[in-house]
Amino acid sequence: MEEKRYDKLGMRLFRGRLDNGLTVFVDKRPGYGKQFAFFATRYGGLDTRFQTQAGWQDTPAGVAHFLEHKLFDTKDGNALQIMAANGADPNAFTSFGITGYFFQCTQGFEENLRTLLGFVTEPYFTPESVAKEQGIIGQEIAMGDDEADTEVFYDLLGCLYQSHPIRTHIAGTQASIAKITDQTLYTCHGAFYNPANMVLTVVGDVDPQQVLDIAREVVTAPGTGDPERDYGPAEPREAVSHETSRSMAVSAPLFQFGFKLPDPGYGPERLRAHLIGDLAGDLLVGDSSPLYTRLYNAGLLTRNFGYGYEDYPGCAFFALGGESKDPRAVADAVLAECIRLGEEGFDSARFQRVKKAAYGGMVSQLNSFENTAVELAQSYFDGVDYLTFPEVFRSITPQDVGDFLKTWFVEKQSALAVITPGGGAA
Amino acid sequence: MNVTREVLAPGVALTAIQTDKFKSAALTATLLTPLRRETASANALVPYVLRRGCRQWPTMGEVSVRLEELYGGALEPTVRKRGETQGLGLIGSFLDDAYTLEGESVLEQAAELLAQLLLEPVTEDGVFREEYVSGERENLIQAIRAQMNEKRAYASLRLVQEMCRGEAYGVDQLGSEEAVAALTPRDVWDAYARLLSTAQVELYYCGGADLQRVRQALAPLVEGLKARRGGTVDRLTCQVVLHAAGESPREVVDHLDVTQGKLVMGFRTGGAEVRREDYPALLVFNALYGGTATSKLFLNVREKLSLCYYASSAVEPVKGIMTVSSGVEFDKMREAQEEILAQLEAVKTGDFTPEELTSARQAVVNAYRSALDSRAQLEAYWLTAAITGLSETPEELIDRLERVTAQEVAAVARGMELDTIYRLMGKEG
Repeated sequence: MEEKRYDKLGMRLFRGRLDNGLTVFVDKRPGYGKQFAFFATRYGGLDTRFQTQAGWQDTPAGVAHFLEHKLFDTKDGNALQIMAANGADPNAFTSFGITGYFFQCTQGFEENLRTLLGFVTEPYFTPESVAKEQGIIGQEIAMGDDEADTEVFYDLLGCLYQSHPIRTHIAGTQASIAKITDQTLYTCHGAFYNPANMVLTVVGDVDPQQVLDIAREVVTAPGTGDPERDYGPAEPREAVSHETSRSMAVSAPLFQFGFKLPDPGYGPERLRAHLIGDLAGDLLVGDSSPLYTRLYNAGLLTRNFGYGYEDYPGCAFFALGGESKDPRAVADAVLAECIRLGEEGFDSARFQRVKKAAYGGMVSQLNSFENTAVELAQSYFDGVDYLTFPEVFRSITPQDVGDFLKTWFVEKQSALAVITPGGGAA
Repeated sequence: MNVTREVLAPGVALTAIQTDKFKSAALTATLLTPLRRETASANALVPYVLRRGCRQWPTMGEVSVRLEELYGGALEPTVRKRGETQGLGLIGSFLDDAYTLEGESVLEQAAELLAQLLLEPVTEDGVFREEYVSGERENLIQAIRAQMNEKRAYASLRLVQEMCRGEAYGVDQLGSEEAVAALTPRDVWDAYARLLSTAQVELYYCGGADLQRVRQALAPLVEGLKARRGGTVDRLTCQVVLHAAGESPREVVDHLDVTQGKLVMGFRTGGAEVRREDYPALLVFNALYGGTATSKLFLNVREKLSLCYYASSAVEPVKGIMTVSSGVEFDKMREAQEEILAQLEAVKTGDFTPEELTSARQAVVNAYRSALDSRAQLEAYWLTAAITGLSETPEELIDRLERVTAQEVAAVARGMELDTIYRLMGKEG
């Protein structure tokens, strides 16, 4: 395997590739007792329309997530149980862009790795097991309907986008998952779970070559590549609508205020855009910003507040939100501050300090095996070398962030979603 | 990994872990005091008011700037509950010196900020600044109201309130909305002075610096604490109720506008808790019964019968209670409840396979082994140890876990008594 050292971060990353296209990363961490393995496919909630040899496929919303649940079924029983019985703590998640399966363990790593690679690449579905899962996922969707934090986030996406599939819940709806059959699952698995569309990342004190050897032994399917996907017609540059509100059983208004941003495309620019977006957020509404302090002191924001830049296939946005007694006032103050920052810029000392803090925060994030493994996988799919972030930070100027703010953090790009108390709140 | 614990002053102890495997160091101060209805609210407000500013950095904005200068360090107010002890403090995380861009030392500056925030608050007329108290009072009220937003956690909170309504454990760590609303700057100041005087102070460091350097960095904080200590140190106790209150469980129902119901069942463990010999067996029992994805509840209530999206059990280590919590359709509640109890019966009679036992034991062992790789989990482990006066290391507990037998698990199960059932239902009509 090819080794790359990132001295500033004290990291050693090994990279290898199988003939069928599966890429393998190992982040070697001496001194740790636990190991973490993450096996992911570039297939998420967004990928409902795609091309196979048989032509364009239209699938119901929620298949990627449904597949994530069902892949744990194997001919020899449930892989979750098999791995747990072997000392691992396994799980999986489906995001907009990827599906990832992982385990963490402190013993039996090789055996667990074999199980992980095996169950994800060898599907085993029956009509009965699909029907049963419809009950379980139906409950998961019902539970999600009561989660106001998630709902307000989707409400924002509904305002920002016209037809991009990011408007749709990753898990789908009760109606959409009812249309899923074992055949749907086989079709989607066949298209997306091929080694050339997948990546394995391992973090821990393990032998990198051995990881690659195990992958070669278990993942023997041919790589057919990355299927073409359709995320709908080109999106308008601006937000489609600017405000939405409804009520749920919550104690205080919850809100998300966001700006629709350009898709940064594939490659290193994606990481740069991400860091610029996050720095813009830090300067605009970060803990030390005049705006946050003012809104906090005025009782318009609480500690239940967060913000960040997010990108997914074919789209990117910036969102800030949490709890506020007057979300509209917060949104207006943010817009006014964007105009002020655009005109006045920020002093260089403040910029350097915020950048230093953002750098420190990203280095600290590397403490988390899970976070590191997921970032490495996601970055691989994005054509990004994640661990180069210290150098990318160094190259970002106040001008870069100022221009970004001035161009994109403007009213016509923005939307506000609010959930107000009602519907039975005590 | 080298763990040391030393008493630096009466009622002030430092737990320090030397390791260079993390990119950032943990630095935390927690004041431990008995959880009481009369004091919980004022105590809970203290860390939030302290975090607003100190003499040298008097506003939240200035504190944030200082933290940014320290590479985006964090020093977050925390209010925790373990058994019937309330823990108030500041949880810090700071980049390890090895990763600073110009080789700066962060630890000493971080410890200085921690000491300032804890000991040199911004005052007005001899008490906390009015503006800070009223702002944080409002935030705390909102935080208490917001507990209902997360329905799963809210249902568990309501169960505990109802089941332990006559015990200190029934008091929430944030106190109550009414009590918080009535607090004046003087009340919060008095609570603060009392905490500095008598609370058990736990300092925690985990990072690359050696013990001597950590002691030195914390010396000003320790000296400042010494000057404020009274003669006595709070005694931390916990009332463990051995048996369920009545012959049949008490049932409580709330109605909210929700689409999915929540069922939470509260059990007394028959006295099994962290200080008792059978604690490892309690942990393994919990994993086998409902604590993992191979547990009986997960496999039977969720997977086999498709009754719900989640069904899991959890144990409170100090108080000796177990809760089973489930998200379930309204009309399937009875069925789910029966199945949850049927699975408990199975464990009681030893109706589980050697594989189930092995898998449960490994899950718990894995959790403790992994905790050795996490600064936050190590901190939580040693805080519980400080509260209960235990000195067992995670490694020693793992040794005991490895030896837990099927008989011991069944014996723990037989001690479980159902006390209270809580249901969160939809709006009627």
